[in-house]
Amino acid sequence: MIENLDPVLLARIQFAFTISFHILFPAFTIGLASWLAVLEWRWIATGKPSYAQTYRMWVKIFAVTFGMGVVSGVVMSFQFGTNWAAFSDKAANVLGPLLGYEVLTAFFLEASFLGVMLFGWNRVSRRMHFASTIIVAAGTLLSAFWILSANSWMQTPQGYRIGDAGLVHPVNWLEVIFSPSFPYRFVHMVTAAYLTTAFVVAGIGAFYLVCGRHVKCARIMFGMAMIMAVFVAPLQLFLGDQHGLNTLKYQPAKVAAMEGLWETTKGAPLNLFGWPDQEAEKTRYAIEVPKLSSLILTHDLNGEVVGLKAWPKGDRPPVWIVFWCFRIMVGLGVLMILTGLAALLLYFKKRLFEAKWFHYWCMAMTPAGFIAVLAGWCVTEVGRQPYTIYGVMRSSESVSPVLASPIAISVAAFFLTYTFIFGAGSYYILKLIGEGPEAEEEVYGAHGIKEPPLLTDMVSEEGGHHV
Amino acid sequence: MFNFETVLDLPLIWFILIGTAIFLYVLLDGFDLGVGILFPFAPTDQCRDRMMNSIAPFWDANETWLVLGGGGLFAAFPLAYAILMPALYIPVIFMLLGLIFRGVAFEFRFKEVRSRRLWDYSFHFGSLLAALMQGMILGAFVRGFQVEGRSFAGGSLDWLNAYSLMTGIALIFGYALLGATWLIMKTEGVTQEWARRSSSYVLAYVGLFLVIVSISMPIINADVKSLWFSMPTFSYLLPMPLITIFLFLFIWRDLHDGSEYRPFFLSLLVFLMAYIGLAVSLWPWMVPFSLTFRQAAAAGTSQSLLLVGTVILLPLILTYTAFCYYLFRGKASHEDAY
Repeated sequence: MIENLDPVLLARIQFAFTISFHILFPAFTIGLASWLAVLEWRWIATGKPSYAQTYRMWVKIFAVTFGMGVVSGVVMSFQFGTNWAAFSDKAANVLGPLLGYEVLTAFFLEASFLGVMLFGWNRVSRRMHFASTIIVAAGTLLSAFWILSANSWMQTPQGYRIGDAGLVHPVNWLEVIFSPSFPYRFVHMVTAAYLTTAFVVAGIGAFYLVCGRHVKCARIMFGMAMIMAVFVAPLQLFLGDQHGLNTLKYQPAKVAAMEGLWETTKGAPLNLFGWPDQEAEKTRYAIEVPKLSSLILTHDLNGEVVGLKAWPKGDRPPVWIVFWCFRIMVGLGVLMILTGLAALLLYFKKRLFEAKWFHYWCMAMTPAGFIAVLAGWCVTEVGRQPYTIYGVMRSSESVSPVLASPIAISVAAFFLTYTFIFGAGSYYILKLIGEGPEAEEEVYGAHGIKEPPLLTDMVSEEGGHHV
Repeated sequence: MFNFETVLDLPLIWFILIGTAIFLYVLLDGFDLGVGILFPFAPTDQCRDRMMNSIAPFWDANETWLVLGGGGLFAAFPLAYAILMPALYIPVIFMLLGLIFRGVAFEFRFKEVRSRRLWDYSFHFGSLLAALMQGMILGAFVRGFQVEGRSFAGGSLDWLNAYSLMTGIALIFGYALLGATWLIMKTEGVTQEWARRSSSYVLAYVGLFLVIVSISMPIINADVKSLWFSMPTFSYLLPMPLITIFLFLFIWRDLHDGSEYRPFFLSLLVFLMAYIGLAVSLWPWMVPFSLTFRQAAAAGTSQSLLLVGTVILLPLILTYTAFCYYLFRGKASHEDAY
């Protein structure tokens, strides 16, 4: 039965699953690393112990998340070859060096200094420790730079020529690295990562505020997260809009799918909701706002927007996925902005840390960033279909010469493993949240010496269990 | 557009660089996978805590060499990457799954007493699976791959046979030797004594497997046979097996005279000898016996761009890696470290 499955579809499912799983962790750790650097800076600047306690609580969560990010990331560096061998062969001249630079500039830096950050409390000076935190944070951003540069080139390729055997050859590296969609994608994604972290931190700060536990630390978490919601969430709307305009210029079919627009129209309406029907080539049950789509995309009420029918059927992305994921992303973005507005109002009424209903609301918003990031990536990756390299190479031409059955087995193995690992990781993170920041203040500098062994339950070296 | 193709032998430089990256991976992740392989055999839980803490600050950076090996192969020899990955689809996937199970154990194990046993086993079997698969990949690699045009043309189970199973088990013992001698260096007391005993036990097996592999390689391939058993190459290569034999004798002696550091570094040298032996035998194949490293090389411009970064960044990486090993020098504690 497995033999009848389509290897291309299976390879795509496997890749989509492993990369979606992976992106959850960088989306969180990019923001968290930067925030930890800010916390440590505030602690060094003010000497207030609550900053150090907050840092020490979150650095544990950071370590668990980072660990899961590393192991799921190692998988990605091999999957280009296992699943997309033809793509690897043809595109490596351009993409290989970009990924190589990611490893050289970011991965080693992060991995080495994470060790110092976690285990170096009583081995290095405060300054050196702070520097390590900053280096790890910088590493996460460098990593984002290179991987988004590679992805952007696949979306909006330039600076290349096609050589023998259909191989892509670089012609101008600056054009390759800074492809047209790269600056927008980079800023949009890093901002998304910051917002994701902010809403997780806000949710957990709110949880402590509701319970009345660790209030000093909770105010730091909640307050700093709300600053992000107030200032960065609206900024993201603007950045996203700019990114969308860039996509309209270089990948108009993707935008048409996002809008669910089939006919090329002057004064195109905005489909708030609806059900795009790929076969019938129309969007059913559409709720429209007249002319709004043209206004947003062309900044002119009667501007022309190209519809999906301008492309042959085989060149269109799967519309409903792009259409709905886009709405999920934008919807969550709007909720984040509203959260920021509410926080601002409550702040001026001096009720930000007291309004219970708002704390419950923020707890509910905890996963908002993750869902928005996944939805956003679905929009841009599914929207690029049927191409892996937009306009240059199709997904069907990219696949490895591997049969369906090994891929099907690996899909199942990854699914089981990731479910188990993710379940356990989430459980331990919830446990860390349950424990909260440590109360003692002097623990910080002297940690590791005075602490009793947590897990050895004091078995003597001679006795104890055999596993 | 810069291109050093005319002034430098880029494919050769990259062949050496990727070879070095993979070798460093084998050494560095080798000892921490080895610790995982030995994990359940340690006498007490406290020993296991020490063992885990002795590698916790390093494992992440060690594994990054694997990413560099994979990413570097993709960048510098994409054709080899595009042929080897589909050919080794199943062992690569299982190696990755093994690395996942052992990698998360570092964080999860210290979080809760109740579920610690689960992560002990996850760490052990993950390490075991990863080592077995890496060894089997090696076994499949030396026997060569079926290639047509620019892609792999064999079956999905070509890698699986008695020979690759043997090399898989051989590498498990090899890593266990690195792990055991690492523990002699990084621990004391009961753990160290146990590591010392394990080392001598494992050392015998490593020797045995090294002999089997050395004999089997010339039998599998006629070129390898003529390389090792005809003049004048025989006389150039003869020092290598001789040095290896002396290394074994030295390690054996050091294990019994209380030396703490030497067994580990001498074991690294054993790996170096074995690696050079393999490299000499398989030269100049990138995908044995179908593609040489020159045929598999990426465009000169691509190799040039990455070379600039490598020349600048690799010494930097080695410097701060050395800094980390220096920082976390000395004996490992059994306490939860942060």
